Amino acid sequence: MHGQTRWSLFMPNLTDRQWLWFAAAGYLAGFALGTAALLRGRRHSRVAMLATLAAGFALQTLGLALRGRMVKGCPLGNTFELFQFTAWSSASLFLVIGPTFRVSLLGYFTAMLAAVLTLVSLVIPAWDSALRTHVFGANPWIELHAALAVFSYGVFGLLALTSAMFLLRNYSLKSKHVGGWFSFLPSILDLDHIGVRLLGVGVALLTVSVALGAVYWLPHFETVDTLKVLATVAVWLAYVAALGLRLGGALPARRLAWACVALFGAALLSLAPVNSSRHPPASAAPEVRAP
Amino acid sequence: MSDPATLFMLGASHHSAPLALREKLALTPDKIATLRARLGPAAGVRELAVLSTCNRVEFYGVAGSPEAVMRLEREFCALQGVAAKEFAGARRHAAGGDAIAHLLAVAAGLDSQLVGENEIFGQVKDTYAEAVTGGGAGPVLHRVFQKIFQHAKHIRTHTGVAEGAVSVANVAVELALNIFGKLDTTRVLLLGAGEIGEKTAKAFQSRGAAGLTVASRTLGRAMELADTLGALAMPFWLAPVKLGEFDIVVGSTAAPEAVVTRTAAAAAMRRRPAQPLFFIDLALPRDIEPAAAELENVFLYNLDDLAKIAAKNLAARETEVARARLVVTEKSAQLWRQIGPRLAADGGDAPITTGEATRPPLAG
Repeated sequence: MHGQTRWSLFMPNLTDRQWLWFAAAGYLAGFALGTAALLRGRRHSRVAMLATLAAGFALQTLGLALRGRMVKGCPLGNTFELFQFTAWSSASLFLVIGPTFRVSLLGYFTAMLAAVLTLVSLVIPAWDSALRTHVFGANPWIELHAALAVFSYGVFGLLALTSAMFLLRNYSLKSKHVGGWFSFLPSILDLDHIGVRLLGVGVALLTVSVALGAVYWLPHFETVDTLKVLATVAVWLAYVAALGLRLGGALPARRLAWACVALFGAALLSLAPVNSSRHPPASAAPEVRAP
Repeated sequence: MSDPATLFMLGASHHSAPLALREKLALTPDKIATLRARLGPAAGVRELAVLSTCNRVEFYGVAGSPEAVMRLEREFCALQGVAAKEFAGARRHAAGGDAIAHLLAVAAGLDSQLVGENEIFGQVKDTYAEAVTGGGAGPVLHRVFQKIFQHAKHIRTHTGVAEGAVSVANVAVELALNIFGKLDTTRVLLLGAGEIGEKTAKAFQSRGAAGLTVASRTLGRAMELADTLGALAMPFWLAPVKLGEFDIVVGSTAAPEAVVTRTAAAAAMRRRPAQPLFFIDLALPRDIEPAAAELENVFLYNLDDLAKIAAKNLAARETEVARARLVVTEKSAQLWRQIGPRLAADGGDAPITTGEATRPPLAG
């Protein structure tokens, strides 16, 4: 079994996956807390939600740090790690912007997204059956390229959540069902503004990531998998187009919200070709198969 | 040692007194001062606070004997020119913990005509302020009112009795908040100068709307209303053309046909595709063509929609009353356990601190 790297000095003797299970439990606790509050027709405690998400984030950081030490780099070597990193990015972004924007229910939806991504990745053994070490070789720019790309997916994950909240709020106002738990949703204009800002941040991060990748890979184009390039560039172009159309006034808020939900689904699907296309340098990227 | 004293409540409210009687019972500040002077220190009413609103006149106080309360009643009826028998038919009286429970229910809005309404809380605060300045508040009433404010706030925030707007104007404001988040950048256009439209416009102003413009079929009337509201006036024919410059449009004209058509709304939205437009149609026949609601980013609510939401909110508040009453019972009993023994022992002459720091008057 892989994942035997342990913190030996100050931490309990747990493997990376065990830490990540605890992290998933933390996110799940936040989701359960929010669901229970909604079922009682009350707002969840903002502090309690922040605490459960922070706990999940801290535990996940530990687990990913252990994994990173084990694979000698940013843990982005298989589908399990990509999903974990995306959830970690969404949670970290929420912890930065959540308290500032005070968007009610965003914590709840973030906990749900993080719980789903972490749990799904943990319960599908095939996604973590092979560990790739030194996947980015000795080039830190490529590692940065990959980390930024997956972090931008975390931003787009949060954007998909705010977009879903926008669609729910729009439905409630159009259908005149404004009571019950709809009343806990933020205003439609606030959601739109936050969505546009997240879209801008996500596009900026992904643009830098694509640019870094291009600088390295263009001279070595034969080493790049065409499907991976197409998938990555398509996702990037789609988000750039969405932002451009929105800023140009050609994409109304509701359609942008639908687009952002759909694009995040497409972005997650694009992780498959990205992951399967990995061609680590033969000298530096041994693949370890789990028993 | 002082004589044994009792905490009492005496009065009449909309539950027992019809409007005509309540009109006769209502006390102005001058009359409250006169009543205090008439009672004097020898009357046996050691502390007294008077709550007088359009729905109730109630006395809360500490009396040295039951006769002192009867004397208060006689003086009050004489001052108001109300027959003692007429008042007796509507009179409500409570003592000790029951009086505290009543005051708490009143302050929390549980005893109001419109359950959970907020105005009564301010009126109870005014009552206490008047008792302090008028010399009617002593150690018992200081303690009672300060704790009542604390408990009433707890009830309002921890139960659903004050949740959701229950008037058409406030529902419209809450909806606008659901759309715009805050109103300090929103511009409101009032079409027509009807009373309900005016009330709604005032509700938006009180919640900080950035600007208000009035357009009425009679420009003179629009200017008059705009002057009253501190708003701008606009010729009526210009309103559909300028729609795109406003975030909230309140229709309350008596026009026989729609003032804002779907086409006009669509043209407005082309000028502001990223900004929502909120139509509140309070007119009958309707001022805004219903098909306008089909447009992206346009939200249209008519009088029926708002009334339905208000009714639903009120029903939700009423289902919370039982829960709130439990808190009233618990908190009033708790307070009475602190006050009752001291009142019996020394007549409430000594400050009542029950181990907690004494708060300054008017803290609440």
